[in-house]
Amino acid sequence: MDKRDSVFVRLPLTCAMFCVVTFALSATIVWAGGAFTWVPLAKDKIHDPEGPAIKILQEPSAGLNMLPLDPSKVGNKVDWLKALAEGSINPLVSIYEDDMEMEVLDLDIMFPKTLEMPMVLFPHKKHTVWLDCENCHDSIFKMKKGGNPVDMYKILNGEFCGKCHGAVAFPLTECLRCHSVARKNASVTHKKRK
Amino acid sequence: MCDPVVVKKRLPNPCNKVFSVFLFFALVLPVFIASPAYSEHGDIIINNYSDREGMRPVIFSHWFHRIRFRCRVCHTEVGFIMEAGGNKITMDKIIKGEYCGACHNGDIAWGVQNCDVCHSAIRGTKTGVRGSHRTKGPGKW
Ligand code: HEC
Ligand code: HEC
Ligand code: HEC
Ligand code: HEC
Ligand code: HEC
Ligand code: HEC
Repeated sequence: MDKRDSVFVRLPLTCAMFCVVTFALSATIVWAGGAFTWVPLAKDKIHDPEGPAIKILQEPSAGLNMLPLDPSKVGNKVDWLKALAEGSINPLVSIYEDDMEMEVLDLDIMFPKTLEMPMVLFPHKKHTVWLDCENCHDSIFKMKKGGNPVDMYKILNGEFCGKCHGAVAFPLTECLRCHSVARKNASVTHKKRK
Repeated sequence: MCDPVVVKKRLPNPCNKVFSVFLFFALVLPVFIASPAYSEHGDIIINNYSDREGMRPVIFSHWFHRIRFRCRVCHTEVGFIMEAGGNKITMDKIIKGEYCGACHNGDIAWGVQNCDVCHSAIRGTKTGVRGSHRTKGPGKW
């Protein structure tokens, strides 16, 4: 029998490997868990960990963990529209006028020029609970259906929808939240090409 | 160690294919899953003048303020344009009640004497939106 087969070689080796695997698995769990929580201010690479503010400022985990979780845990990991709709937050509409209300507009706009991707549905309603008409019209978008030269390149560059999405609102990696309307004839065109 | 006799033994063996694949994933998976530590989505650093004037740059966090105010309050009423660093804010203007000073006046929120609470960034941090995927990707992205 080969010396390497002896239990004195196999047993410690097995133990060592068991340790490595257990360590790696628990590290996975801890790190993956970390990805679903908020980075502490002292470690976020912008707050000065030595500055006096670090002890005063509210930690994102303390401010945000009571709010509904974003379905894909991106951005602030908060579903801001749900938070507003279910009343877990009630941000002020005005600091100058009492009982002012948002001018909510229920108008969906379709952007059809999306090549192979599903079409983009822009919901005014979900935007006007947060924003004024003039936050978008006409500084970001002309008030005319099809009147803006929007394309994905410009959006990724921070223009049009990309002004907010990617910076403050949910990030651009969530393609299907914008590209939400399947093209009815999509499969037909595919068949034709074959 | 990798001769077939060893592989047949009951204890796990590093030469066993299934086991080594498992080991590989156990070691490599965390690297993919772990997201690197980044500041909160929508945090804005304002550093047009601070560094030069010997102050820490300013951090404005959207998450903290949007719990309390709709976007319109700041981007319509107070009149911040939507561009990091684009408003050219100075302390004179804040003390006069413009920009941050519309609220940080001891009335709606604590006053301007709390220098360090606003001026809280690591020195030398550049103006921009932080914490978004934009700063992780290629180019401006
Ligand atoms: C619309 C009003 C408003 C404006 C404008 C405003 N803030 Fe605030 N800010 C608040 C309120 C309200 C609080 C919470 C005060 C409290 O907890 O007492 C706050 C808190 C803060 C905090 C502390 C956050 C924490 O973790 O406790 C910082 C830092 C801050 N603001 C920075 C700024 C900066 C920088 C600007 C300007 C670029 C600004 N704010 C503009 C209303 C405003
Ligand atoms: C988040 C940005 C945003 C806000 C806020 C917003 N809009 Fe729009 N609006 C758009 C976009 C995008 C379009 C479509 C432009 C296009 O197709 O190129 C549009 C188009 C329109 C159109 C043209 C529709 C048509 O059929 O031609 C009208 C009218 C309009 N908006 C009114 C409003 C009013 C009124 C408000 C405020 C209550 C408002 N919008 C707020 C983004 C916005
Ligand atoms: C914030 C909303 C939004 C998100 C998120 C988004 N898109 Fe788009 N996309 C658009 C709009 C608006 C258009 C322009 C459609 C038009 O002009 O009719 C577009 C156009 C496109 C087009 C057509 C070609 C072009 O360059 O305009 C492709 C392809 C595309 N998007 C792919 C993607 C992919 C892949 C993702 C995810 C990484 C994505 N989009 C995320 C809004 C979005
Ligand atoms: C002025 C800022 C702004 C612009 C410009 C903007 N959005 Fe938004 N959008 C928001 C905010 C704020 C929300 C609320 C959710 C959040 O904060 O993540 C939102 C939410 C949405 C939602 C709803 C997501 C859901 O969970 O139901 C869609 C879809 C969307 N935006 C698409 C677009 C498209 C397409 C465009 C460009 C035509 C666009 N947005 C331009 C700020 C903006
Ligand atoms: C509400 C938040 C806030 C508070 C509190 C605050 N600052 Fe500022 N301060 C800012 C912002 C925003 C800027 C613009 C930053 C830039 O562009 O570099 C600024 C800029 C400055 C500048 C450079 C521009 C200028 O006006 O000369 C100095 C110096 C400065 N602050 C000192 C102070 C001191 C000292 C205090 C305490 C008495 C203080 N700040 C309190 C928000 C604040
Ligand atoms: C308390 C005030 C406040 C509120 C509320 C607020 N913002 Fe801002 N926003 C700011 C300030 C301050 C800046 C930075 C301006 C500067 O650096 O000159 C900014 C910058 C931005 C930018 C520019 C980022 C870039 O790419 O440079 C966008 C987009 C934006 N805000 C969108 C929003 C949206 C969407 C909402 C609502 C969900 C919102 N903001 C709510 C104060 C506010």
